Amino acid sequence: MDFRFDIIMEYAPYLLKGTLITIGLSLAGIVIGTILGLFIGLGKMMRNKYLAFPFTVYITVFRGTPLLVQVLLIHFGVVPFFIGETHAVAATIIALSLNAAAYIAEIFRAGIASIDRGQMEGARSLGLSHVQSMRHIILPQAFKRMIPPLGNEFIVLIKDSSLASVIAAPELMYWGRAMSSQYFRTWEPYLTAAVIYLILTLLLSILLHSLERRLATE
Amino acid sequence: MIKVQALRKSFGANEVLKDINVTIKPQEVVVVIGPSGSGKSTFLRCINLLETITAGHILIEGKDITDKQTDINKIRAEVGMVFQHFNLFPHKTVLENIVLAPLKVKKVDKDQAREKALSLLKKVGLEEKANVYPDSLSGGQKQRVAIARALAMEPKIMLFDEPTSALDPEMVGEVLEVMKQLAREGMTMVVVTHEMGFAREVGDRVLFMDGGYIVEENIPKHLFESPQQERTKAFLSKVL
Ligand SMILES: Nc1ncnc2c1ncn2[C@@H]1O[C@H](COP(=O)(O)OP(=O)(O)OP(=O)(O)O)[C@@H](O)[C@H]1O
Ligand SMILES: [Mg+2]
Repeated sequence: MDFRFDIIMEYAPYLLKGTLITIGLSLAGIVIGTILGLFIGLGKMMRNKYLAFPFTVYITVFRGTPLLVQVLLIHFGVVPFFIGETHAVAATIIALSLNAAAYIAEIFRAGIASIDRGQMEGARSLGLSHVQSMRHIILPQAFKRMIPPLGNEFIVLIKDSSLASVIAAPELMYWGRAMSSQYFRTWEPYLTAAVIYLILTLLLSILLHSLERRLATE
Repeated sequence: MIKVQALRKSFGANEVLKDINVTIKPQEVVVVIGPSGSGKSTFLRCINLLETITAGHILIEGKDITDKQTDINKIRAEVGMVFQHFNLFPHKTVLENIVLAPLKVKKVDKDQAREKALSLLKKVGLEEKANVYPDSLSGGQKQRVAIARALAMEPKIMLFDEPTSALDPEMVGEVLEVMKQLAREGMTMVVVTHEMGFAREVGDRVLFMDGGYIVEENIPKHLFESPQQERTKAFLSKVL
């Protein structure tokens, strides 16, 4: 088997651009998904069952349907409905964020629930309000426990961003597929893409590990 | 100081407190004893509204804390609570544990809160531990920090829920010593405990609870030496 490095070289600028867009999509998904997820998680934990119900539905729907379906619905349905035309990058960011938010909401909820009840009682008994107790006592402790599952979710999100190639968002996988169809080659484009994804996820793992270690020794 | 009137508390169908009536005078040290499940903790937790009251009234200095209008956080700031399992904040240093509520609730300024915290740590004999995390402390030290933390809010009343039950025997003394000192200084205290020696020595009054009622109350000497109720006698014969 001959491995054609020349076509990889030819596509290198596009692959680089695609990689940057993949990073951008993932970062946007991580940031928006985390913020949304925090609110949805807190929403689901509300004592009032009627108020909590919509959040439960949200989590169930987004975790219970394929991301690909969500991407297609948002790209061809939701985004055109609002702005009158399709927009692949926006649709990808929205889909990734909404999907990740559902998983992250559960991570937040589980993290908060894992903190001993005595912590809240200790804080409340000193006169701190519920919000103050959450902010100063519960969330900082819960956050530490959330880092490993959040890290997993972020890694999934980077890999899932490749689904955007289906709606022609010009990210890494899109250029991989373009290269494959231009030259009718399999190994060169897809192995290259795989290696780049691997590098991205490994870098993120290393980053999260060091963050975890730093927080543990604090 | 504290007036509890016809207090009832149910968890679902389970009525845990049934018609509790007590008056606690300023500077009084009231010790609560009774078998497991008799409602001692629930009674204490009602006094600082960690439990919502099913019926009845609790007045603190004439203010009805069960009134919907009263600010729960303000009441809690005036009623200190010490828990069996300390409930220190593990992600904060000893000093940070103590200054948190004065800073956030009372809005005391930083230097003042710090100074007060250090003097309280000195009082409980732990000034050299100001900057360590709670995990590095022994049980007895943790509980002393928890007491200092509650005192930092300058409460009018201190509630103790079995403060020495989770401690190794050799650490019970150091915590009781701090509590005795508090009592001598005139702090109003309600103490749930199995330490009968402490009850005798420091208590002004002992309440014996069983089945959600205060079955008998008296000065320690009388309650321990000549209990009137059968249930009190049965309980004391087991623990003394
Ligand atoms: N949050 C709760 N939900 C339901 N039942 C509860 C709750 N808290 C306490 N109980 C019940 O109320 C009863 C009294 O509990 P409480 O903790 O007040 O007893 P106690 O006298 O403090 O006992 P112990 O000496 O074991 O601490 C028990 O039967 C307990 O199961
Ligand atoms: Mg108890």
